[in-house]
Amino acid sequence: MDFFVQLLVNGLSVGFLYGISAMGFVMIFKSSSVLNFAHGELLAIGAYIFLVLATEAHLPIYGAFILTMLACFSLGFIVEKLFLRPLIGEPLIFVIMLTVGLAAMFKGLILLIWGGNLHTFPDFLPEWLTLTWGGATVQPVYTLALVAGVTFLALFGLFFKFSSQGIYMRSVADNQRAALSLGVNVKNVFALSWAIAALVAGLSGIILGIINGVNVHDLSAIGLKVFPVVILGGLDSIGGAIVGGLIIGLLETLTGGYISPSLRDVVPYIVLVVILMLKPYGLFGQVEIERV
Amino acid sequence: MLLKVNNISVVYSDVIQILKGVSLNVEKGKIVSLLGSNGSGKTSTLKAISGLLKPENGKVTDGEIIFQERGIHNQSPEAITRMGIIQVLEGRQPFKYLTIEENLRVGTAARRDRSCRQDLEMVYHYFPALVARRRSKAGYCSGGELQMLVIGRALMAKPELLLLDEPSLGLAPLIVKEIFGIIKKINEEQGATIVLVEQNANMALQIAHYGYVMENGKIVMEGQAEELVENPDIKEFYLGVGAAGGARAYRDVKSYRRRKRWF
Ligand SMILES: Nc1ncnc2c1ncn2[C@@H]1O[C@H](COP(=O)(O)OP(=O)(O)O)[C@@H](O)[C@H]1O
Ligand SMILES: [Mg+2]
Repeated sequence: MDFFVQLLVNGLSVGFLYGISAMGFVMIFKSSSVLNFAHGELLAIGAYIFLVLATEAHLPIYGAFILTMLACFSLGFIVEKLFLRPLIGEPLIFVIMLTVGLAAMFKGLILLIWGGNLHTFPDFLPEWLTLTWGGATVQPVYTLALVAGVTFLALFGLFFKFSSQGIYMRSVADNQRAALSLGVNVKNVFALSWAIAALVAGLSGIILGIINGVNVHDLSAIGLKVFPVVILGGLDSIGGAIVGGLIIGLLETLTGGYISPSLRDVVPYIVLVVILMLKPYGLFGQVEIERV
Repeated sequence: MLLKVNNISVVYSDVIQILKGVSLNVEKGKIVSLLGSNGSGKTSTLKAISGLLKPENGKVTDGEIIFQERGIHNQSPEAITRMGIIQVLEGRQPFKYLTIEENLRVGTAARRDRSCRQDLEMVYHYFPALVARRRSKAGYCSGGELQMLVIGRALMAKPELLLLDEPSLGLAPLIVKEIFGIIKKINEEQGATIVLVEQNANMALQIAHYGYVMENGKIVMEGQAEELVENPDIKEFYLGVGAAGGARAYRDVKSYRRRKRWF
């Protein structure tokens, strides 16, 4: 029982991270219909930036974290302006191929700068983040993942519901032509969705880097799990991305704990295949409102 | 003149010429109606003005569009909306997953000041039917409510010039009547300048001051609304009233009369 509770909490925390990073992926898809194959690399870049700021520049952890978030946000913005913007209006397949190219380029850059070895963060998480419940112990990093996941989720919820920019982003995802006719700056919305996607990817990159160590191959492979997550949750549903993330996180941890650790990383893809065969629009894909 | 469209040609995808020398003038504070059958180029004319041709791969290749003394042809919709021209798209295009009030908020996107309380009140004043639905998703509204929503949403931008593309399309006659009454009221009370594109010539000419008739990418007739209503061609083919004078020779009938009509 204790073991189960521990797996449950760990699974939910990792699931939150998957969900949050998938949310970024879904935002790009919803606003511009682009599938971002460089998502995993964005995750890795976040982890490496944090690594440099925290261990080499010796910044205090909070400072390093905030700077990393700012850097990821700007990176997303710049990537959109530099690489995606010139292709607006071109067939989507070109744009998607471009993201495949970006993925290879980012990976190459990371390998060039940091090499392919495993780096680890110093153990900076305070002990009080450890949760105990009966015989179950939750490691600090999983508590951190839970807290960060819930916080960011709430922040984005508020942003999309109440801020002007958030409402514009939803309007572009909803009906781009109508948004354009009202003067919504659609290009800004694209750029902002990349910036936010890079930010949330970076956030999960940092925490997953604390759990698994920082290595570009591992982190970009984790980033690819965004596909099973969004297929499960529905490509166009932000809420679905979160739920999909939680389910994949749980399945992984439970499989790793009860069946075999070597099956862990396969499970998401088994789920992906099964879902695609049974329910190609995902479990939580947006229900099309037809009464118009 | 608030808006002058001078002899414009519009071409899609660099080869398909749709408008062939269209000219029209819009005086401040007036409702100008643009009539014509399906496919005659009314929507393309509006899109040329609002800049929305661009995302559809269309272009003004000839002529000019002058708004408040400035040439605006082929500018981006972002720029043109910020000068105060808002087009209400054909076929009611709400943001389905946003609430009525969120839809209205998007209407302020082109404005510099975003304080929208007063304008929300103004829109609810003209379209009281929206008040009760302000928190429900637009996708669940009826056609009439949606037409009110998209016009109200455009009003939120405080436009200098409002372009309405077939607001009566697919609505019950009673609702069309109500909406046209409101458009008239907005014109009279707010001094709004409106270009009203319609196939429903009867309704449009009742509230418009001036009218143009389009056919095949050209303006084929224009005049004061009250004159157009009396015009025998218009009467026969646009208003569904049989011509009193009996049959005329087919060759006398202008080309725009030979096409299939709606009624
Ligand atoms: N994006 C486009 N590309 C090519 N042809 C178009 C495009 N949009 C409209 N057309 C054509 O232009 C003509 C006029 O269309 P439109 O301006 O929508 O007329 P109306 O609004 O009077 O029905 C039609 O024959 C239509 O097929
Ligand atoms: Mg039309």
